[in-house]
Amino acid sequence: MGAHQPQRLDVGGAIDRSRAVELVVDGETFTGCAGDTVASALVANGRLRVGDSIYRRRPRGILSAGVEEPNAFALVNGEHNESMVPLTSLELVPGLDLTLLDGIGVLDQKVDPAEYDKMHVHADVAIVGAGPAGLAAAREAAATGARVVLFEQDFRLGGSLLADPASLVEGVPSELWVERVRGELEAAPEVTILTRTTAFGSYDNNYLIALEKRTEHLHGTARDGVSRQRLWHVTARQVVLATGAFERPIVFADNDVPGVMLASAVAAYIGRYAAVPGRRAVVFTTNDSGYATAHALLRSGAEVHVVDAREAGPSARVGTAAADAGLRISTGSAVVGIDGAQAVEAAWVAPIDDEGALAGPAERVACDVVAVSGGWSPNVSLHSQRQGALHWDDALAGFVPTVPVRNQHLAGAVLGTYWTEGCLTEGRAAGLAAAAASGFAAEQSGRTSGSEVDTVAEERVARAGTTRQLWVVEGRDGGYTTHFVDPQRDNTAADVLRATGAGMRSVEHVKRYTSISTGVDQGKIGAVNTIGLLTRVLSGEDTRAIPPGQPGQDGTGSRAASELSGIPAAPPSKPTPGAIGNTTFRAPFTPVAFAALAGRSRGELFDVARTTSIHPWHVAHEALFEDVGQWKRPWYYPRAGEDMDAAVARECRAAREGVAFMDATTLGKIEIRGADAGEFLNRIYTNAFKKLGVGKARYGVMCKPDGMVFDDGVVLRLEEHRYFATTTTGGAARVLEWLEEWSQTEWPELDVVCTSVTEQWATIAVVGPRSRDVIARMAPGLDVSKEGFGFMEFRETVLASGIEARICRITFSGELAFEINVPTWYGLKVWEDVAEAGADFDITPYGTETMHVLRAEKAYPIVGQDTDGTVTPQDLGMDWIVSKTKDFIGNRSYSRSSHQGPGRKQLVSVLPVDRSLRLPEGAQLVERVALGDYTGEGLPERPIPMLGHVTSSYHSQALGRSFGLALVKDGRDRIGQTLIASFLGRFAEVEVADAVLYDKEGTRRDD
Amino acid sequence: MNQRELPQHPDFLWANPEPKSGYDVIIVGAGGHGLATAYYLAKHHGITNVAVLERGWIAGGNMARNTTIIRSNYLWDESAAIYEHSLKLWEGLEDELGYDVFFSQRGVLNLAHTLQDVRDSVRRVEANRLNGVDAEWVDPQQVKELCPIINIGDDIRYPVMGGTYQPRAGIAKHDWVAWGYARRASELGVDLIQNCEVTGFVMDGGRVTGVETSRGRINAGKVALCAAGHTSVLADLAGFRVPIQSHPLQALVSELHEIIHPTVVMSNHVHVYVSQAHKGELVMGAGIDSYNGYGQRGSFHVIEHQMSAAVELFPAFSRAHLLRTWGGIVDVTMDASPVMGPTPVDGMYVNCGWGTGGFKAVPGAGWAYAHTIATDQPHELNRAFGLDRFVSGALIDEHGAAAVAH
Ligand SMILES: Cc1cc2nc3c(=O)[nH]c(=O)nc-3n(C[C@H](O)[C@H](O)[C@H](O)COP(=O)(O)OP(=O)(O)OC[C@H]3O[C@@H](n4cnc5c(N)ncnc54)[C@H](O)[C@@H]3O)c2cc1C
Repeated sequence: MGAHQPQRLDVGGAIDRSRAVELVVDGETFTGCAGDTVASALVANGRLRVGDSIYRRRPRGILSAGVEEPNAFALVNGEHNESMVPLTSLELVPGLDLTLLDGIGVLDQKVDPAEYDKMHVHADVAIVGAGPAGLAAAREAAATGARVVLFEQDFRLGGSLLADPASLVEGVPSELWVERVRGELEAAPEVTILTRTTAFGSYDNNYLIALEKRTEHLHGTARDGVSRQRLWHVTARQVVLATGAFERPIVFADNDVPGVMLASAVAAYIGRYAAVPGRRAVVFTTNDSGYATAHALLRSGAEVHVVDAREAGPSARVGTAAADAGLRISTGSAVVGIDGAQAVEAAWVAPIDDEGALAGPAERVACDVVAVSGGWSPNVSLHSQRQGALHWDDALAGFVPTVPVRNQHLAGAVLGTYWTEGCLTEGRAAGLAAAAASGFAAEQSGRTSGSEVDTVAEERVARAGTTRQLWVVEGRDGGYTTHFVDPQRDNTAADVLRATGAGMRSVEHVKRYTSISTGVDQGKIGAVNTIGLLTRVLSGEDTRAIPPGQPGQDGTGSRAASELSGIPAAPPSKPTPGAIGNTTFRAPFTPVAFAALAGRSRGELFDVARTTSIHPWHVAHEALFEDVGQWKRPWYYPRAGEDMDAAVARECRAAREGVAFMDATTLGKIEIRGADAGEFLNRIYTNAFKKLGVGKARYGVMCKPDGMVFDDGVVLRLEEHRYFATTTTGGAARVLEWLEEWSQTEWPELDVVCTSVTEQWATIAVVGPRSRDVIARMAPGLDVSKEGFGFMEFRETVLASGIEARICRITFSGELAFEINVPTWYGLKVWEDVAEAGADFDITPYGTETMHVLRAEKAYPIVGQDTDGTVTPQDLGMDWIVSKTKDFIGNRSYSRSSHQGPGRKQLVSVLPVDRSLRLPEGAQLVERVALGDYTGEGLPERPIPMLGHVTSSYHSQALGRSFGLALVKDGRDRIGQTLIASFLGRFAEVEVADAVLYDKEGTRRDD
Repeated sequence: MNQRELPQHPDFLWANPEPKSGYDVIIVGAGGHGLATAYYLAKHHGITNVAVLERGWIAGGNMARNTTIIRSNYLWDESAAIYEHSLKLWEGLEDELGYDVFFSQRGVLNLAHTLQDVRDSVRRVEANRLNGVDAEWVDPQQVKELCPIINIGDDIRYPVMGGTYQPRAGIAKHDWVAWGYARRASELGVDLIQNCEVTGFVMDGGRVTGVETSRGRINAGKVALCAAGHTSVLADLAGFRVPIQSHPLQALVSELHEIIHPTVVMSNHVHVYVSQAHKGELVMGAGIDSYNGYGQRGSFHVIEHQMSAAVELFPAFSRAHLLRTWGGIVDVTMDASPVMGPTPVDGMYVNCGWGTGGFKAVPGAGWAYAHTIATDQPHELNRAFGLDRFVSGALIDEHGAAAVAH
């Protein structure tokens, strides 16, 4: 067993004594065994003390043996440190190096080298929890042939059985039973068993999210490429929740001293890990379950004194066994205080009255561990995340699900079924029912009848015995400042009292006033005790003044229902926990690392970049790229020694004076087909398309209902009932969704189908006075003459290479220009052919920056740059594109008052008086007088009225000067005026000019 | 930025009175806006016979769920005016309310990741400055200086190209703000009535004279709606319509960590925003869930996506843990600007449409709304935000151009 582990039993437990595992905690080395958690290894070493409490710096110890742990957290040092890891669910593996934390983590600033991935699966039956109920359910469901996914957060199957490996299940020791069930499940082809996997989120339609830890327990031996954690997205026809229950601590003075532990945790450390938390124990309980711990302690050789808060003591069955074992029991009593600061030295035990007040002198009982059980709370988190109803069961003293959520089933302790046989019965029934509901019938039906389940339900209370609802135990000094309700948040009963004293009535307000339940355990430890405490404190109040949490007392409805119905008219004088209600349960059930949620969507895969089939050429020719939507577009192609300005000037010159070409593949492309395609487009675009001739192209603008420009592009009429529309690069998906929305929801009567063909076509723009020559070489069979191939027409043709192409005569530069469209596959080949065909004319590739300059010189707007959702076609000077004779989306808005008369911002150009000054895009425009004495230094005293802003700004090679486009209030009336552009605390004079600065007559496109 | 253990709340916050038979003004909804309105009505206009009716618990709606970002660097003049007025009130709020609301002017960074982001950012900065709102354009290196944990490298899909920075912006603690207003309002005689849902309106001709509630009928001289995501439901009961779509908006927190994040970072392009609250938890959110609904919960993929964005931008967050997610119901207008002013019903006013960003407006909106109710006239600050703009078309579009949520 390696180094001496003073508190380790020689026999028993599900640990492997032959495999010692070393562990470093705060520099100190401990030795545990394979099968331990870090917490159990520490317990075996006699170490209960962990970090201090967050604010009050009180020494704290391990409280639990599970995910509800509020005290024991560490920083796990490694390739990337992980903080706030609970020791109680951290598997002991070689090489662990931990730093204990005082309730607050430290983030590692290095890049996390680990991989995280995701899995999406469909299941017939998803079962959460592999205790007796979950295993029984899985076995039954699996036997039907249903596809079953079983989630268990622990690294072992067995749940509550693990604490008592010797107990008999179906006649065999539970350890063996679990192994048998596992064997059966593994043999079933459709079953997936996921251990170390926490189902932490439950969403509509039985959509469960779970986190699987895949490599941490392999301590570095994982194969390459295995993700550290995996996020499972499971959609199940049926869900079985067999999530168990949490034990509650008891609120008494100094209940946070190391050595005070949950009774069930004490039992688990002894039974599962053969690690004894103490040799002299006080078991302080409000219910029968504490006696199991007492027996476990006795068996481990400890001295035990049971303090039972119930006047009548244990139920008969439990009492007999206790008497047989010779347990010392003080009934009607409580632990009213603890001696010891770093560790429990003694418990003060005193009789208490009905109110929990001291009713006699306290006796000092020397001890080193105090095991507490304040009753049980079903683990309803996943049920409640789905708005499953809860009600307060006064006999079980817990919030219990009222009915399962649709297509879900509940089994075992989550229902308040706290004995193994009952759990098995419910589990079997749930597994069968779930399988049947997803279409899988059991071969031998009737293994569990409905009446058996009913019998279990009837027996629940008797089996559980009575639980005294002892929400707080008065201390010996009358104060409540060390009665911890939420140890992690350092909140006490005194804090709850302050909250109610301040007028807080809602449990939600008490939570926020105090911060109870906001820690890592999210109320698993303290929520119900707080609610219970409120029933005490607010007793006698009119509950109508108490806004309920979730749900109301009747427990019939969801949060919404309880909020709507309010509290029943005749309030009970004593509010019950049900009337107080819970705070809302939210995902995640237990914390999940951000990186696990990010999965592989990082870096390149965050949003996979789209590239055209011509992209390799751009890379080879050293283009710089711009992100446009998801696309990588060539921005410009600098030659050696060129900066951006020089490259763009050269590219512009080529387009205006010779020939240039550009990859325009990224434009969105949508085919619109159907008998009503023309009508549909008529309604979508501001201008008309119904009468567009086949073989012709037309530029169109579409608006939102408010009349503002939304997207634009050229539409070709391919056939009578078939159009081809281009969109802006960034707008492609938006536009398709927009078309779908209208065709599907507003005009379903129209016969129209829209299909994205963006990926199907590569588009090459060939631009400039020599473009005709290039196209003539590319497509020798095509009549490219001015007369033979008119502007805004297109032709289907076969290129010299034999590749079929659609060639359009359209321009986005004002120059004579063509666009060659070929199937994507041929994009690169045709591009290279263009380069070759144009070589004699020194054809020049250009990028988006040059495209922007060329189109700006012509005042062709870029939607999203020169427009921003507040600009109409009329504002852009495109009245001509707004039909007066047909209706379309946005039309109605043009009659609204804000669209009339002066004050609208209009697109104009601005010419800096300093001809070399290129204004920053975004510079604001004001009148000189408006500036007053504001110099640009600091902020003006009063707002300075703005007339508009510069939307685009460039140096124009053609004009030999800088220029910009701007949206300016009444801009067209201001042509000739001088305004001030304000930017970076500077002012510059600009002259307002007509928007079109180059070839206003439009002669060049037909050259 | 120091890690803080929060001090205790005051010993007494508010009384829990039984509703009276009638009030001069009934405010429907005890969120931040309802409470602030009640306070300013009492404080500035001497109207104290006021009840705030709340269907659940005080400030349990969006006020309890928001990520508390406060800034005034809005694009349009009208928005800048009211949000800047609000920011100025924030700057004096702790004194005004006698309550530590943890208003922390740690600055807000809005990142730019594309050339168009840069254009929009510069435009907004220039507009802000001329409107008297502090704003700066910062380059990637300056971004790094303001927030050293951001990855400004080009190893991420959308590298940081710079950002806008408003130094006076920041965060506060939402509950404390609500409670500060509630306490003062309660002291000034306002009745805060919880667990009291308004289920109908009592009308006399075209005028409202009272409300039906889950706790009986209550008469009212005037009724002021402050119901955020539920405004459409109330307007429907009152017989008019509001141009609002209610969407879930989610947020989340991590556990507490030592402070490493000194400011507030928002990225509209990759969809995440994050601050580290005073106690040390990372507080994060993203965009709305796209469907309409009144369930205070959203879809998980929205959370997953924002986590990718967060880990891209902040490698240090990799193994921080998601502790809790939640959702509110935000009231979104088509122009992402609020609605505040009279309604077609005499004596009834509406304040809604703050969508994803109304926390920061709580002082300013409460202030202006109180003026509107008291004087029957919109204040200069909210005149442009009336319902009439949806008829005239004079929208104040903070969607497209400003491209910043919250
Ligand atoms: C996740 C999230 C993050 C956010 N982040 C930010 C942010 O960072 N910065 C920012 O400025 N803003 C943010 N917001 C927006 C901000 O929270 C809201 O705009 C603001 O809180 C709305 O005003 P309110 O506080 O009055 O609303 P609420 O708090 O929602 O108040 C409305 C109240 O009306 C009550 N009510 C409704 N119907 C009735 C009825 N019939 N009878 C009686 N009472 C009724 C409701 O119960 C509720 O309490 C965020 C919102 C969410 C959901």
